Amino acid sequence: MKRMETVPEPTIPLPLVKSDRGLLQWLSSVDHKQLGVMYLLTALLFFVAGGIEILLIRIQLIVPENTFLSPDVYNQLFTMHGTTMIFLVLMPTLIGLGVYFVPLMIGANEMAFPRLNAFSLWMTLLGGLILYFSFLDGGGAPNAGWFSYAPLSSKNFSSTKGVDYYCIGLLLTGLGSVTAALNFAVTILTLRIPGMGFRRLPVFVWMMFITAMLILAAFPMLNAGLAMLLIDRQLNAHFFLPGSGGSAILWQHLFWAFGHPEVYILALPPFGLISEIIPVFSRQPIFGYRFLIGSGIAIALLAFGVWAHHMFAVGLGNPVNGFFAAGSMLIGIPTGIKVFNWIITMRSGAIRFTTAMLFATSFIIEFTIGGLSGISFAIAPLDWQLTDTYYVVAHIHYVFLGGTLYSVFAGIFYWFPKMSGRMLSEKLGRIFFWMFFLGFNLTFMLQHVLGIMGMPRRVYTYPDLPNFGALNLASSAGAFLMAAAIGVFFWNIFISLKKGKQAGDNPWQAWTLEWATTSPPRLQNFDRVPPVRSLRPLWDLEHPEDPDWKNDNAKQARNES
Amino acid sequence: MTFALTTAFFDTASQDSDAIRQLFVYFLWTSAVVLLVVTGLVVYYSLKYRARPGQTDEPEQRHTHKGLEVSILAVVTGVMGLFFFLTIRTMLAIQDSPAGQEPDLIIIGHQWWWEARYPGSGVVAANEIHIPAGKRLLIELRSADVIHDWWVPALGRKMDAIPGKPNQLWMEARQPGRYLGTCSEFCGAQHAWMRIQVIAQPPTEFADWELAQRQKATLATTNIVKSGEALFQQKTCANCHAIAGTDAQATIGPDLTHLGSRNTLLTGVLKNTPENLGRWLDDPQKIKPGAHMPDFIFTSQEVEALVAYLESLE
Repeated sequence: MKRMETVPEPTIPLPLVKSDRGLLQWLSSVDHKQLGVMYLLTALLFFVAGGIEILLIRIQLIVPENTFLSPDVYNQLFTMHGTTMIFLVLMPTLIGLGVYFVPLMIGANEMAFPRLNAFSLWMTLLGGLILYFSFLDGGGAPNAGWFSYAPLSSKNFSSTKGVDYYCIGLLLTGLGSVTAALNFAVTILTLRIPGMGFRRLPVFVWMMFITAMLILAAFPMLNAGLAMLLIDRQLNAHFFLPGSGGSAILWQHLFWAFGHPEVYILALPPFGLISEIIPVFSRQPIFGYRFLIGSGIAIALLAFGVWAHHMFAVGLGNPVNGFFAAGSMLIGIPTGIKVFNWIITMRSGAIRFTTAMLFATSFIIEFTIGGLSGISFAIAPLDWQLTDTYYVVAHIHYVFLGGTLYSVFAGIFYWFPKMSGRMLSEKLGRIFFWMFFLGFNLTFMLQHVLGIMGMPRRVYTYPDLPNFGALNLASSAGAFLMAAAIGVFFWNIFISLKKGKQAGDNPWQAWTLEWATTSPPRLQNFDRVPPVRSLRPLWDLEHPEDPDWKNDNAKQARNES
Repeated sequence: MTFALTTAFFDTASQDSDAIRQLFVYFLWTSAVVLLVVTGLVVYYSLKYRARPGQTDEPEQRHTHKGLEVSILAVVTGVMGLFFFLTIRTMLAIQDSPAGQEPDLIIIGHQWWWEARYPGSGVVAANEIHIPAGKRLLIELRSADVIHDWWVPALGRKMDAIPGKPNQLWMEARQPGRYLGTCSEFCGAQHAWMRIQVIAQPPTEFADWELAQRQKATLATTNIVKSGEALFQQKTCANCHAIAGTDAQATIGPDLTHLGSRNTLLTGVLKNTPENLGRWLDDPQKIKPGAHMPDFIFTSQEVEALVAYLESLE
């Protein structure tokens, strides 16, 4: 621990909202940590909104032929739920964690473009608020589904202004995402501390870098599609109107050519999070670093060759379907490699089951279920039965909740001490984990069965067919259990911010650079940074007898031998 | 009704759905093994390598093992390769749409009902699709408005009905029976009530049905039916609906020539009874909110007359 004295003691924490100029200080901030926190708060705001929407939906589905919600309101709610959770919750959460921790993990004091960083956040929030303003407009919120298929989204079939709000709101958040991605790419390319080559970059930072590239390549397709849809609706163009020479399928190509990379935009940062958390709590280095990074790059490249597996029912013909089936199966290979690398990282460890580790290990299992059900959509003939049913609903939630959200929970339990200087309650954390785990699997495991039994997705009600009612009832019960679990989680954050145990600089004895500064980090993150000669600078510092930069096996893992 | 009522695609009734079920069974078993291995290893390592209370010393560090990495790569690639082979085999068995062949049945998706046209006989029906059992039929799918999706799990694959792009698929029911399905692409307010019933009949029974459908509407005999017939023409019903043998020839709403012979109303919302038809005519937006049928504000006598007329159309 001798060398750690180069890192200064905590002096000034982040400004409080209560202090003079406090709120203005936050609103005008260009500090990456404050912006990271505000990203998370933005996500939290919309998480509550999207959560309320889904609880109303689950109430409607408790019994067959229920009349709690009218079809129009129901369609608005599921459209907003999907749009919110993807664009306004998961994206800002992952970008927010990245904005906060990428600079810290590469030994930098800021993002490359601090003002652009603030611009990205405020664009995201503005887009979200404009989208939600649609509820106050007379016609109501968009109601054509989160992927707004043409020609249902055209003026003829969606005559209210909802879809216009959808286009404008998502264009603005899209702008925020693209600029954030640019900022990540430049930050990671130019601001790494000397010594931290790309073979010594923490997995999370690597995954954020790949994600930034994915965003830069994928979002322009969405933004172009949204602009075209808006022009169709407002200026009477005919891009997507088959009646007057346009093509309804063109929208699907544009949307999914963005939409499938988007899945990996929401999956790669979680892979990074899990690759940081499992090693620390297993007291083992991440197993097969170069294979993990390589498979991340492979996923990003393959992500652009799989989009038509969302369109197997469109009737593109066997040659096209076969090509995209092959692409989609290929992407299973790097994903499978990652899963087994995380498992092997636990081998021969000394595992500490903190809440973060509970979420990380169950992530492996839940994400595997989501990955396996995903393969059934790559197998085109199965897709011909299962697409657009509740089986898909189950699948995407195993990926985005069991995958992305579990990793975010793991990440928050892991990094909360760094961000706030206080520990989250482990006791409440465990209660939260088990409630959420039970609720989640109850809700979504059953939805696989509903899909196989013939229940299509996006229906405001369903006929009283055998078992439909019972399965939907159980599914709704699980949703409310999850909501209660989230309540425990919020209480945990609230009470721990007030009375949580002091964390200290490095409560988990972790090895990456964010733990080499104070908790919370001062405005200027680092005065000095320990030398970086391997993937785990703080391990090297504490274990001068066996540092990674001398260890042949470690060098081999980083391809440095 | 003694017919089998099936929804799940495990209750297969055609060679295509058999092939898909077989593939799904392979997939399920493989997934079960993979999940068992993953869960087993996670649980086993969690128990075996749990830190002892008070343990502070770090375990021996393992960074990589080339042989292990390469084996993982090989095994995962092998499993994927196997499924790619099975996928292509099944896709070829189910067949692509044959170019140039005349369809046996044209199905047109509307917001929110199905129109069925039989090119061979000229019959036009709605929502309850009659087919001869034991025959592989070529279906053409079209859409009159937005994208819909034809899905009857027991009879084979689903296929989108897309405006401006007719699609074809093969459909077959080995046994006579009533097969349930549903629209499987979100198509607006009443997507939920765009159910499908395929009624597969023995070939002779189907031929009789087709013959009956080719007849013009039965002539009105009683007074109330006559006044219903007059109301139908007066009240602009004929602007959207067709009744063969009368002046009503529009194709915007479902063809009503043989409404009285159908089992359900409104694409599966209600059983076809005079009471239910009356409720619908009285307040369409209450029964099926969002449907394109306007509320005509009929008097109860008018409703009664219209019901009597429409139910007489067998």
